[in-house]
Amino acid sequence: MLAERALDLSRQSDYLWALLPEIVLSLWGMLVLMVDVFQKGNRSEPSRPIIPWLAVAGLVAAGIANAYLLGFQDTSGAGLVAVDRFRVFANFIFLLSGALAIFVSMAYLDRRGINRGEFHVLVLYAVVGMMLMAASRDLMLMFIALEVMSVSIYVLVGFDRMDPRSSEGALKYFLLGAFSSAFFLYGIALTFGAAGSTNLSVIGPTVAGALQDGNLMLLAGAALLMVGLGFKVAAVPFHVWTPDAYDGAPTPVTALMSTGVKAAAFAAFIRVFGVAFSGMYEYWSQIGFWLAALTMVVANLIALTQGSLKRMLAYSSIAHAGYLLVALLSAQTGGAAAFLFYLLVYTLMTAGAFGVLIANGSGVSERVTLEDYAGFGWRHPLLGAAFSVFLLSLAGFPLTGGFIGKLYILRAALESGLQPLAVILVMASLVSYFYYLRVIVVMYMQPARAEAAGAEPARVPAATRFAIGAAAAAVLVVFFMASWPLGWARESAASLTPRTETGLFGVNR
Amino acid sequence: MQAFYDSHWVLTFLIFFPLAGAAAAFLAGDRGARQVALWVGIVEFLVSLPLFWTFDRTGSCPQPTVRGGMSEQVSQAMQNCVAAPWIPEWGVHYRLGMDGISLFMVLLTTLLLPLMVLGSWTYIRERQKWFYAMLLALTTGVVGVFVALDMLLFYVFWEIMLIPMYFLIGIWGGRERIYAAVKFFLYTTVGSLLMLVAILYLFFKAQALFGTPTFSYFDFQQLAAGNLLSLREQGLLFLGFALAFAIKVPVFPFHTWLPHAHVQAPTAGSVILAGVLLKMGTYGFIRFALPLFPLAAASDTTIRLALVLGIVGIIYAAMVAAVQPNAKKLVAYTSVAHLGFVILGIFAFNLQGLQGALLVMIGHGLSTPMLFFLLGMLYERRHSYEIEDFGGMAASIPVFATVLVFAAMASIALPGTAGFVSEFLVLVGTFRSYPIAALIAATGVIFAAFYMLPMVQQTVFNALRSPANRDIPDLNGREIALLAPLVALILLIGVYPKPFLDRMDPAARRLADGMENARATYVAMSASMGNVASAPR
Repeated sequence: MLAERALDLSRQSDYLWALLPEIVLSLWGMLVLMVDVFQKGNRSEPSRPIIPWLAVAGLVAAGIANAYLLGFQDTSGAGLVAVDRFRVFANFIFLLSGALAIFVSMAYLDRRGINRGEFHVLVLYAVVGMMLMAASRDLMLMFIALEVMSVSIYVLVGFDRMDPRSSEGALKYFLLGAFSSAFFLYGIALTFGAAGSTNLSVIGPTVAGALQDGNLMLLAGAALLMVGLGFKVAAVPFHVWTPDAYDGAPTPVTALMSTGVKAAAFAAFIRVFGVAFSGMYEYWSQIGFWLAALTMVVANLIALTQGSLKRMLAYSSIAHAGYLLVALLSAQTGGAAAFLFYLLVYTLMTAGAFGVLIANGSGVSERVTLEDYAGFGWRHPLLGAAFSVFLLSLAGFPLTGGFIGKLYILRAALESGLQPLAVILVMASLVSYFYYLRVIVVMYMQPARAEAAGAEPARVPAATRFAIGAAAAAVLVVFFMASWPLGWARESAASLTPRTETGLFGVNR
Repeated sequence: MQAFYDSHWVLTFLIFFPLAGAAAAFLAGDRGARQVALWVGIVEFLVSLPLFWTFDRTGSCPQPTVRGGMSEQVSQAMQNCVAAPWIPEWGVHYRLGMDGISLFMVLLTTLLLPLMVLGSWTYIRERQKWFYAMLLALTTGVVGVFVALDMLLFYVFWEIMLIPMYFLIGIWGGRERIYAAVKFFLYTTVGSLLMLVAILYLFFKAQALFGTPTFSYFDFQQLAAGNLLSLREQGLLFLGFALAFAIKVPVFPFHTWLPHAHVQAPTAGSVILAGVLLKMGTYGFIRFALPLFPLAAASDTTIRLALVLGIVGIIYAAMVAAVQPNAKKLVAYTSVAHLGFVILGIFAFNLQGLQGALLVMIGHGLSTPMLFFLLGMLYERRHSYEIEDFGGMAASIPVFATVLVFAAMASIALPGTAGFVSEFLVLVGTFRSYPIAALIAATGVIFAAFYMLPMVQQTVFNALRSPANRDIPDLNGREIALLAPLVALILLIGVYPKPFLDRMDPAARRLADGMENARATYVAMSASMGNVASAPR
């Protein structure tokens, strides 16, 4: 292990170290862009096969830089960015999500005729935005990070220009996203007005005092921030953009949105509400309670009626936002660790499931309706098995990481006295069994239809298969060796401890 | 060798060998899968068999338990124990152990495994490697359920065996297989999730009181034993556990998934479902629901409910069985009736009742699989389960007819078969505690003849009218080989049950004594509160 190195963020130069992974990835993104431009002969040519690998190499490099962060110790504690293990853990999730998205995009982009180097570069920049979001300890930086991420994603959603649904999704996402950014910004302004600073470590200690003075501005600011972040994590009732955007977007982008983007928004959520606003937990937890309850119930019920797997997974990812909100609400009793752990498992299983959707697609259609999966398990034994693993894990069945994750959230919720949410979580999971199981029924128990000419699934490249297989294996390994990621998540969450005495994380277990 | 049978390795082997075998069967491809599965099954059985003799009636082993953060070794009446940390920060251990109750459930499972492979030999023609892999994987879960002593580990085994069973019904089942499979799955999961909530509650309770996170069965037992759970808490937790087990048994009125699952499942699926899976429910009562919450289990409400539902199950299932045109469905309903006896025996809270219940579990685990095997063989020849399609089999296939008559007699508990001894013990036990209940339940034995004999008559003895029933081959060597051990065991237990009763005696006695005490405590408590009749749960 590296020796601990002190970082003093009041010195500008130390930010170079504190932002190492982001800087590496940004520079690498430019490199990929340049290579792409000079590699191909003219504009209309698809980009070279080297580009995605180069992008993955960039993510790996950023991962190494990220691991390097473990060796730093932030001594000032008041900088714009946090250097703690929480960020490192979250960064690994973002990088993983970006890498999975690129792996599964390899077959997809060629098939849809949208193989442009910009795709991979935009994924890299979206990941940069996510990492900054998890890192920011200042609301202004958080906003900029949010925009870096969101703008990249807006473009990615509409990347398939010729497909009207892609453009529709992009427009919807852009309009509502801009709307939610405005909420977020207004929330920052009000919070600044109440607390006198945008720095979370400064806001934190002032919260309790401001509340005693009956500061409505702070409450309004917090509420607006919650709305803004609620949009990004797609919590009910701020979820309406999600199904259309997820459905319209190219599937690899959907995978990235439902994992990385959501994770980043949640990381920001925990920094703002879990740490800075922990002094007003009893206020925001009331809104959070209803957000979580509604999200779990509504999303699971709507998911029941979906005939398209892509939409079903979109609603399933909304439902999972509800589970993660439960973890967030119980952040004072190991919920933060449960949150990180679940986020890891969730990223693996959701990205993997979208990967399988891509693998079944053909050049003509995406083939994501339930009927398209009749007999899938027999045609592609390995992909079918992997898909089953992902679905069972999403449902929270034993033998998969999803089970341990849900158990962890349940435990945290019960320890925080959130019994109603725990009961809703269990009931919601029960409902979700039905629609996850239905896919398995179709895959293995219904005879395949005769395929129309030209609609046969395209060949799946080895890299995509490898990524899906690795994700499935990881979901299983997380179950059997739960102890290791659990410990890692707990240590990472413990590093969130704010410097204030009133911090909720003081009793972290 | 002795060391192997003294350590947990024998149990670990019995759990994971079928899983490895599943992989091997899968890799062997469609051609070789059944051979591999057969050998795996035979090895599994042969390895498990010596347990019958190496089992030590007085055996015990130390178990680490936590008291106030301190870990100490407490001797428990289990053997072949292990407690290896799995998720230490939650106190989850790979904790196994076996007593006289688990012993026979494990042996029953391992005995049925090779027989199921033989029974599917020609029955299953499609996707054979998948089928045998699923069958073996299922065995892993089932054996695990019977020896797991960590509540989370138990829950994991309890849940994972649903997946292979779900596939067995859903892929190789009959016409309405998907409906049956989904119904089976959802029904059982509803119960399991409530049980999970109850387990988590116990976990928090234990963590708060003992200062260390633990999922150990023994630690959870300390909660009720040390009066650390209020009567109300016990009642609710008992409800959570009992519902999961009652659905699995299935106790009337939670039995509606069973006929569908049985009728649609392939032969091997019906066999393991009736032979072992249903016993997981009654085993759950005996191992968990009763010892963990003795006061709740011994309350008036629970006992009344259990007796009424048990008796209703016996009578109602018998009447429904009597009018079934479908032979497989008929046998499915007989399971509900037989397991009603088990419930009666368990809730009689005395040694005879409990031993009888355990013996019914074994006897039913031999006779009902036999009936399902026979019906499967008939189906392979006639492609029908409808009773009216059959007739005069005694003339065309005499060996089959003989065995079917024997199986039917075993099922209606004729003296000399395992069913008689066991149901007799149950009735004696019940009579000692609740004479009226025993009297009503005894009519169930007559009802059994009422539904089983017409089926046998129609199938075996009626006139040989249909030519389709004439030109069919009699049982072949493989089929006789797989039925023979079942016949032998049914007769052995029927004539000389002592070796079996001896081995389950200490465990049964301990539970019966515990429950008798709990009942006395409960009565005393209610009396001190002044109203025995409407005592709170």
